[in-house]
Amino acid sequence: MKKLLIITLWLPMFALAAGGVDIKVQAPINVNDHASLQRGARTFINNCLNCHSANYMRYNRLLDIGLSKQEIEENLLFAADKIGDTMQVAMDPADAKKWFGVAPPDLTLAVRAKGADWIYAYMRGFYKDDTTPSGWNNVVFDKVAMPHVLYELQGEQVLNHETHALELAKPGKLSPSEYNAYVGDLVNYMAYMAEPAKAQRQRIGLWVLLFLGVLLVLMKKLKAAYWKDIK
Amino acid sequence: MAEKKQETDMLTATVGWIDRRFPLTSTIKAHLTEYYAPKNFNFWYFFGSLAMLVLVMQILTGIFLTMHYKPSATEAFASVEYIMRDVFGGNIIRYMHSTGASMFFLVVYLHMFRGIIYGSYRAPRELIWLFGVGIFLVLMGEAFFGYLLPWGQMSYWGAQVITSLFGTVPFIGPDIAEWIRGDYLTSDATLNRFFAFHVIALPLVLLGLVMVHLVALHEVGSNNPDGVEIKEKKDKKTGIPLDGIPFHPYYTVKDLLGVVVFLMVFAAIVFFAPEMGGYFLEHNNFIPADSLKTPEHIAPVWYFTPYYSILRAIPPIMNSQFPGVAAMGLSVMVFALLPWLDRSPVKSIRYRGTLYKRWLAAFVVSFFVLGYLGTVPSNVWGQFGDWAGGADVATVVARVFTAVYFLFFILMPWYTARDKTKPVPERVTYK
Amino acid sequence: MADQKASKRKPVKGKQEQDSTLSFQQPSPEDVGKRKFLTFATAAVGAMGALVGSIPFVGSMRPSERAKAAGAPVEEDISNIAPGTIKTVEWRGQPVWIINRTDEMTADLAKHNDQLSDPMCDVESQQPVYCKNANRAIKPNIGVVVGLCTHLGCSPTPKIEEGGDMGENWSGGFFCPCHGSKFDLAGRVFKGSPAPTNLVVPPHSYSDDDTLVIGVETKVEA
Repeated sequence: MKKLLIITLWLPMFALAAGGVDIKVQAPINVNDHASLQRGARTFINNCLNCHSANYMRYNRLLDIGLSKQEIEENLLFAADKIGDTMQVAMDPADAKKWFGVAPPDLTLAVRAKGADWIYAYMRGFYKDDTTPSGWNNVVFDKVAMPHVLYELQGEQVLNHETHALELAKPGKLSPSEYNAYVGDLVNYMAYMAEPAKAQRQRIGLWVLLFLGVLLVLMKKLKAAYWKDIK
Repeated sequence: MAEKKQETDMLTATVGWIDRRFPLTSTIKAHLTEYYAPKNFNFWYFFGSLAMLVLVMQILTGIFLTMHYKPSATEAFASVEYIMRDVFGGNIIRYMHSTGASMFFLVVYLHMFRGIIYGSYRAPRELIWLFGVGIFLVLMGEAFFGYLLPWGQMSYWGAQVITSLFGTVPFIGPDIAEWIRGDYLTSDATLNRFFAFHVIALPLVLLGLVMVHLVALHEVGSNNPDGVEIKEKKDKKTGIPLDGIPFHPYYTVKDLLGVVVFLMVFAAIVFFAPEMGGYFLEHNNFIPADSLKTPEHIAPVWYFTPYYSILRAIPPIMNSQFPGVAAMGLSVMVFALLPWLDRSPVKSIRYRGTLYKRWLAAFVVSFFVLGYLGTVPSNVWGQFGDWAGGADVATVVARVFTAVYFLFFILMPWYTARDKTKPVPERVTYK
Repeated sequence: MADQKASKRKPVKGKQEQDSTLSFQQPSPEDVGKRKFLTFATAAVGAMGALVGSIPFVGSMRPSERAKAAGAPVEEDISNIAPGTIKTVEWRGQPVWIINRTDEMTADLAKHNDQLSDPMCDVESQQPVYCKNANRAIKPNIGVVVGLCTHLGCSPTPKIEEGGDMGENWSGGFFCPCHGSKFDLAGRVFKGSPAPTNLVVPPHSYSDDDTLVIGVETKVEA
């Protein structure tokens, strides 16, 4: 008990490993860019969803970003039967734990927990490291259990231990800028998935503030009319 | 014309019928139309009615959240996400509740500050103040219990740390902590009982305390920025205080204006920044509770951070954390002593001297600094050199301000009595 | 009021006079009118806000996305329901009966119209338009009805056979054990039953000859 107290009374803040200079940049988030969201959704469902679930996300939410019911049912609905289902994962978490050492976390809220910029850096920060079980390491997540799933696209990076910068040792199918855009779409989709109703909430908010503004003017007049009496 | 008369007759008759059975008219008179409040209320006097508004909003949104929330360790986190995504309007209701929690504390802190600067706790209003401190304590409990319910990492480890605080009580501590949790660590049993406390036990106590707070207030009458008792100067014929105005309609319309302004701020947060940069909804709380893994950095929600800083600032004595815990408890309870610590001949800060004002300023600064330090790790400002044993700068600063915090109260009898005060006018100042 | 103002201006005893007047005065008639108007306007706008503000709260009690997903259309293979038998499937948590009527049963439906409350299915809420016909069905012999009594929501007991414990005149149908409502094999209510209307025919269609889809309307056939 005492130990717990001492531990919680100050674990040092986890210092991010000093990565390449350009790794920590702002993720290109725009949840109104439907084309980007659709590309990101495809990437997410085809790659991430094999191991990670998105248990709170329903497929039919994808209708909101402009995908049609037919498109979803024919191209994206692998792991579920119905369009109203959530994005479950076929892999058994117990198996996953055996294979990777940890169960892959649910990704629905990853952006809200970690921040879009962190995930953007993470997806671009893998490098070859023979000392880890998977052969991969990451500049923002030291000794990460997850292998680099997209290495065919990005290619193989290595960490220059002198400059602490990442260098592309073997190019992938995509050029670095294409890969950034590809991952950018994915992170954009994950930001959308973390809170699909965000854009709608902000639209409603404008109307609410507008209404309260009208009420404010009336209230001010009303108050002034009564307080005329006070001397 | 005749019709109109008939209508009013019917209304009078109905009211009369009720009045013979229930004190309707007299209650309205006593608390609204013939409750005379000083006419010189300023900005600071909005926060009492706003606290009421937030209380009502919290109860209302809470009821609707309870319809969908599941107080079980396996379902709680998912049920909150269910509310956020699958329930129509659920995200707005949930954000209103989470924002309401923070705004409740903001409003109550400002309300308490008003009481302090204008001496509202002084005789004959000591009981109002004590009930108020009771409300504040219950509110802290309410916030603490409620914070576990989303069952995220911050919820879980926050509850684990706070229940562990009880474990530091000498001898019986570990048993108390276990009894509070109902398990060897924070678990389903803890969640379930915290739910019961959060949704029914404490709200009932809170409502009761708010009622006696108001009854006591309306018995002695409101204080005002001048700290002048308006009941001492009354109209000879009617007995109405000369500086008093009926609460209704004058303060109802004024408070409603405050309500609209408040709602604009509230709506701006709910709709555009419900996380408030991680201060109202913390990032790690979007990760489900995991009893095997503590987040890298945990801190309480902003409204608890000053006290949390005090807890951290006090070093263990004889290998026991209890002094820190006791200091934290004292830092909250000490407000109850204010009516008896303040020995100034005047109530309001307007007529106090510079000595008091400096102490108050020091207290406010220490409250903010401690509040900030409670949100960050203690190595945030680095370490002193070897000459100071490599101590964390922030820890030393927190210790200094903890001392200031307590000295504000401990030395109050001395500096308030010694302070040079200005003469208080007979009547309130207005315009 | 004018007196008060005048008294203020009096140089002699002026201060004392001022000290003994109340802090609020009676409003003038035009002020009262203005206040009434502003009070009404503010209250109206405020009430409108409260009404709109109640939308998320009232709406939150409607079926959620999860309930809707769980209540999604149900597909059922009807080829294995023998003529003269009934199968119960669950749709939106409700029992839905699929009755495969024999030709005789179907023919009999027209014979007791005079004993029914609503033989022509005039109450439009009780069936989709494409089932407002003699058999209340898309395929004449396949009846699809929600098995909940329109009286107070009990689930009636199928009494498919003629006669039996229902008496000699019984031509097959459903009997509600709660309050004794009687329905025929098309779910139409008999006169004298406590139930006011026929049983509900849910929206349904056939994706192919043998597959019934409950919960999905037939696509418009032009």
